[in-house]
Amino acid sequence: MAKGDPGVSTRSRRAAPRSRKGTGGDPELVQLLTPEGERIDSVVGPDGTVYSVDFTDEEYRGLYRDLVLVRKLDAEATALQRQGELGLWASLLGQEAAQVGSGRALRTQDMAFPTYREHGVLYCRGIDPIMPLGLFRGVDQGGWDPNEFKFNMYTIVIGAQTLHATGYAMGVAMDGKTGTDDGEAVIAYFGDGATSQGDVNEAFVWASVFNSPLVFFCQNNQYAISEPLERQTRVPLYRRAAGFGFPGVRVDGNDVLASYAVTRTALDNARHGQGPSLIEAYTYRMGAHTTSDDPTRYRIASEVEAWQAKDPIARMKAFLTKQQIVDADFFAEVDEQARRESLHLRERVLAMPNPEPVTMFDHVYPNGSPLLDEQRAKFSRYMESFEGSAH
Amino acid sequence: MATETLTIGKALNTGLRRALENDPKVVIMGEDVGKLGGVFRITDGLQKDFGDQRVIDTPLAESGIIGTAVGLAIRGYRPVCEIQFDGFVYPAYDQIVSQVAKMHYRSGGKLRIPMVIRIPFGGGIGAVEHHSESPEAYFSHTPGLKVVSCANPQDAYVMIQQAIASDDPIVFLEPKRRYWEKGPVDLDAPLADAYPLHASRIARPGTDATLLAYGPMVRTCLDAATAAAEEGRELEVIDLRSISPLDLTAAYESVRRTGRAVVVHEAPSNVGLGAEIATRITEECFYSLEAPVLRVSGFDTPYPAARVEEEYLPDIDRVLDAVDRTFGW
Ligand SMILES: Cc1ncc(C[n+]2csc(CCOP(=O)(O)OP(=O)(O)O)c2C)c(N)n1
Ligand SMILES: [Mg+2]
Repeated sequence: MAKGDPGVSTRSRRAAPRSRKGTGGDPELVQLLTPEGERIDSVVGPDGTVYSVDFTDEEYRGLYRDLVLVRKLDAEATALQRQGELGLWASLLGQEAAQVGSGRALRTQDMAFPTYREHGVLYCRGIDPIMPLGLFRGVDQGGWDPNEFKFNMYTIVIGAQTLHATGYAMGVAMDGKTGTDDGEAVIAYFGDGATSQGDVNEAFVWASVFNSPLVFFCQNNQYAISEPLERQTRVPLYRRAAGFGFPGVRVDGNDVLASYAVTRTALDNARHGQGPSLIEAYTYRMGAHTTSDDPTRYRIASEVEAWQAKDPIARMKAFLTKQQIVDADFFAEVDEQARRESLHLRERVLAMPNPEPVTMFDHVYPNGSPLLDEQRAKFSRYMESFEGSAH
Repeated sequence: MATETLTIGKALNTGLRRALENDPKVVIMGEDVGKLGGVFRITDGLQKDFGDQRVIDTPLAESGIIGTAVGLAIRGYRPVCEIQFDGFVYPAYDQIVSQVAKMHYRSGGKLRIPMVIRIPFGGGIGAVEHHSESPEAYFSHTPGLKVVSCANPQDAYVMIQQAIASDDPIVFLEPKRRYWEKGPVDLDAPLADAYPLHASRIARPGTDATLLAYGPMVRTCLDAATAAAEEGRELEVIDLRSISPLDLTAAYESVRRTGRAVVVHEAPSNVGLGAEIATRITEECFYSLEAPVLRVSGFDTPYPAARVEEEYLPDIDRVLDAVDRTFGW
């Protein structure tokens, strides 16, 4: 488990320290680990912020483990859908680093508002990975308690959760829970497509005006189903923040270290009362939009291959190998753990019972309603009227 | 006469193609309608053939789609907007209810908004939340809007063209679970001679009770009528086609003959279309009725998890149960 409080843990750097503004390839991109697995010691962001991480070897290994596990569990869910065990699945393939990096940057007291694709963040929050599978299997609406895990329900309606996150963050500020090291911060996840929604732009306005302790975390995976980024914007997304009056930064979303560093900094700024910021995690959706989608209709194979070379896990593996912070068995052991956990997930999904039909009347209102009580009673009598009915 | 067997989806696609060919002012706009051809492929191939000025992939914002379509309409275009799923129309609700619906009235008749808002609606495809809703009552309750739904390929082909040609803003509800159902479509019959858009039609004649439905539930009612016939009961099925305005002339005539009526829709019953239809039938046919007009509908809950949608949705058994109750009165 990577916690990595910069300045707290002991340094374990083996590469010669390097520091630069952005990276050679893209000066706008904060990157601490190149696709080849080279470590960059620190990077200066567009507003002069210096980004770096200071993980122990154990923490580096933990991040790698997280990345492999969330990818494997995700692949298992895709396989389950293919076999008819899930109705649908929205894969995070390719976005593991953005999710694990930001997810591990959250402190226990921080609250997250996800879309429908944040299985990696959910994992980092300590939620059983089976939880979202109920929603996609069609047996429940998604099972965890948002307040217990500080991770709200998945939100499918594009952009809506950014306003919820903003309101929650306003509440944090109203409760006086900012301004200290142990203050609270909030993170809102959304996609590149979502940036076009009115709700998201209104969230920007609100968060700015009320100086809310909020991090807008946009995973720019280059597509909104079939529509490429150019359908949503003519400027890099992170620059939109300036117009709303708060800082924006673009991070290499396939770099778990940089994703961690920029998110940790943004969250800490928020918890200290310095207001909202926008992170654009520049990444790529390696798979289909969901299992219902056929991406060959709208994008070419060479584009996917080019991103394959920037794989978030391969670069972490290269780094760990080069820096010799793993022993010979480590990678095999992680793979084995991933295999075990995904098998365990599969077994439990297959055992998930269908809900009793009458449960559809539950939870519509906290204290029931006469109309529904009557409908439920009629429904039960109707179901019982069938011969040999199990109901 | 070129009659072809098409699915409802393909019939809509062909109807849209016709509309684009026949009127250069027709434009299609929505999320993923271009290269992808829409998530249900209803606009498949249209951008390729008509270009990206006429088949427009919009940014991801429903209020933006409808709001800009209003402007295009004022400018003389005929926008055909696709809302990807029923549950995603609500970000555009303000534009539809406050702007689209009222523009003609507010301008004293000087502005027309000849817009079609296509929405795949209803359940039955095992989808996750927000993908199976039946929002027709929200729109039918709004003066200035018209609301229609097709139930077979022939109507899909004709009604989409009629809706586009109409000067009214029309919410066009497509029964998504029926997209793959096939039937004959006469592709050459002139639009001018077609059956009127806002008229109901007897889908199956019968003598013993009247079933009233639109969109996806027409098939359910036809299947129920087939099952009832095996037990010696002849049910008349009326496909309402137009939800607002409602055309109940055939319904009144039918109920005066049968004395019994059951309204079937997927949407929850509370303050729904069934209530309106039952009231009007009661007002018009009171002395012919042998039993109260009954409703079979979705329950007054949010659309449930996919694994219980079969129990939520009206099916043959629930329809026939209601018919039985009208006989037991
Ligand atoms: C309001 C709304 N409109 C349309 C949809 C259908 N839809 C689901 S995902 C999606 C694309 C989202 O793209 P993006 O925000 O980039 O997120 P990504 O899926 O790439 O993670 C669309 C249009 C929706 N869920 N909600
Ligand atoms: Mg995207």
